[in-house]
Amino acid sequence: MYQELKAHVLKCLNKGVRYDGRKPLEFRPISIEYGVSASAEGSARVRIGGTEVIAGVKMETATPYPDTPNQGNLMVNVELLPMSNPKFETGPPGQQANEIARVVDRGIRESKCISVHDLVIKPGELVWGVNIDVCSLNDEGNLQDACALAAIAALKDARLPKVTEHDEVDYDAPKTDQKLPLARLPVEVTVIKVGDQFFVDPLSDEEMAIEARLTVGVTEKGTVCALQKGAEAPLSLEDLEKMVDIAVKIAPTLRNAL
Amino acid sequence: MTENVLVKDKEIVVPGEPLAQGMSFLPGPGTYRDGDRILAQRLGMVSVEGKVVKLIALSGRYSPKIKDKVIGKVIDVLMTGWRLDIASPYSAVMTLKDATSEFIPRGADLTQYYGLGDSVVCQIVNVTSQKLIDVSMKGPGLRKLRGGRFIEVSPLKVPRIIGKDGSMVGMIKNATKCEIIVGQNGIIWFDGAPEMEVIAVNAVKKICDEAHLGGLTQRIADFLKESTGVDVAQGGAQ
Repeated sequence: MYQELKAHVLKCLNKGVRYDGRKPLEFRPISIEYGVSASAEGSARVRIGGTEVIAGVKMETATPYPDTPNQGNLMVNVELLPMSNPKFETGPPGQQANEIARVVDRGIRESKCISVHDLVIKPGELVWGVNIDVCSLNDEGNLQDACALAAIAALKDARLPKVTEHDEVDYDAPKTDQKLPLARLPVEVTVIKVGDQFFVDPLSDEEMAIEARLTVGVTEKGTVCALQKGAEAPLSLEDLEKMVDIAVKIAPTLRNAL
Repeated sequence: MTENVLVKDKEIVVPGEPLAQGMSFLPGPGTYRDGDRILAQRLGMVSVEGKVVKLIALSGRYSPKIKDKVIGKVIDVLMTGWRLDIASPYSAVMTLKDATSEFIPRGADLTQYYGLGDSVVCQIVNVTSQKLIDVSMKGPGLRKLRGGRFIEVSPLKVPRIIGKDGSMVGMIKNATKCEIIVGQNGIIWFDGAPEMEVIAVNAVKKICDEAHLGGLTQRIADFLKESTGVDVAQGGAQ
C-alpha cells in the first residue's frame, strides 16, 4: 500500500535529504520541561520537533515481589491518546503502546538506572514502587524515543514523598528533598532502515515507509542496555552493527537535552 | 420585537452565537435560522450585506463544492467504483463510468486501476443535500498521482496558496522546478528534486502561517530567492 511512498522516501534519502530538509542522522530540536505536573512525584514534557509527550512518576509503598525481596518495583505504562493521532483509539493499549511501554521499561530496568536496592524501605517487607506513566500529546513521528526520553526525564525530576509511621505515603505533605537514586541515564535511539539507507528520528510520513527499525538503549558510557527490532525486513549482522554504532553516536545529543 | 443585527461588521463569532434578531434578515452562507434569530454555524467573521448576514469561516474542514478540483485517496474499492477520502467530513464516490474512458470488462479487478492508498486528482461533479459526493476523473489535468509527497493544510488558505490566477503557486513552481498540485480540499502534492521539495513545502507552510499579513507575494519571492537563488519576483508584483 505504501510502495510509492517508500520509493519516494528512498529517493530523497539517496540524496541525503529528509522530508523536512534534515540530514539522515540528524534529530529535530529537542526540548524538555520539568515539573509539569504538581500531583506527580516527578514529571516532564518532551518535545522532539512537533512530537510531544508528557511523563509522570508516581511513587507508592508496596510489598516487594517474592522473587526480588530486596528490590523496588518498577512499572511503565504508555498511553497513546487519540488526540495525538487520529489513528489511535481509546480503550486498552494497542500494539504500539504496549511495545513502547515494554521497550522504555527494558531500557530503564536493564541499564540498572534506578539503584533498585536503594528503593528498599524494610527488606522483604516494604519497598518503593515506581510507576511511570507516559502520554502522547502529539504524534509527528518517533514516539518511541520521545517516550523513553520523557520517562528518564521524569525520573530525574522525581522526589520521594513523605512516608508516615504506618508505612503509608502521605501525598498531602510536601515532597521530601530526596531524589530518586539514579545510577545511569539511559536514552533510546531508534535507527530506521529503508532500502540500504539508515536514518534516525522519523517523521510520520517516513514512519509509514519503514522497512526495519532497531531501538537501542544506550547509557552514558556508550554501553548498549536494550534492543528492540521492529517492522518486517530482516537485518544482517553488518546492518545491526551499523545501526548500533549510529545509535551510540547519536545518544549524547538526546542526553544533552536532559 | 425589535429587529436588529446583534454583532458588529467583521466581528469574530463562535458557533451558536446570535448574529441578528428578526425575520427581515436572511441567513447567508455559514449561518442558520433558529426561530426569529440568525445564528453562526462556524467560527468566522461576520459580514452584513443589506439584509443578508454572511459568515466567512476562519477554521474548519473542507466542505465540498461542485466543480472543485480536489486530491483524494482511495479508502475502499467498491463493486462499481471507489470510495475516496477527500479530507472532508464526507467521503466521495467515484463510479466506474467517471473513473476512466477505458473499457472496463464486467467483473474486472478494480484494484488494477486504482488500489487502496492510491491518490488521484479529481473533480467534484455532484453534492447532494445529504452530502453524498460524486467525483469524476474526466477532465483536463485529472489523473492518478504517482510518487511525490503530500501535505495537508487548511482549505481556507488554499486561495492564498494558489494566488491570483495561480501566481503564487506558479512562483513556487518556477523557483523550485517542482510539480505542484493544490487541491481545493487543502491536500497539496509535490514532486521534484528532494531538496527543492523541502523548499516548496516550507514556502507553502510560510504562506499558511502568514496568510493574514500583507505583502505576502514579496515575502514569498524573497524567501524563494534566498533558498533557491532563483529570482522569481515578477516585475512590480506586490
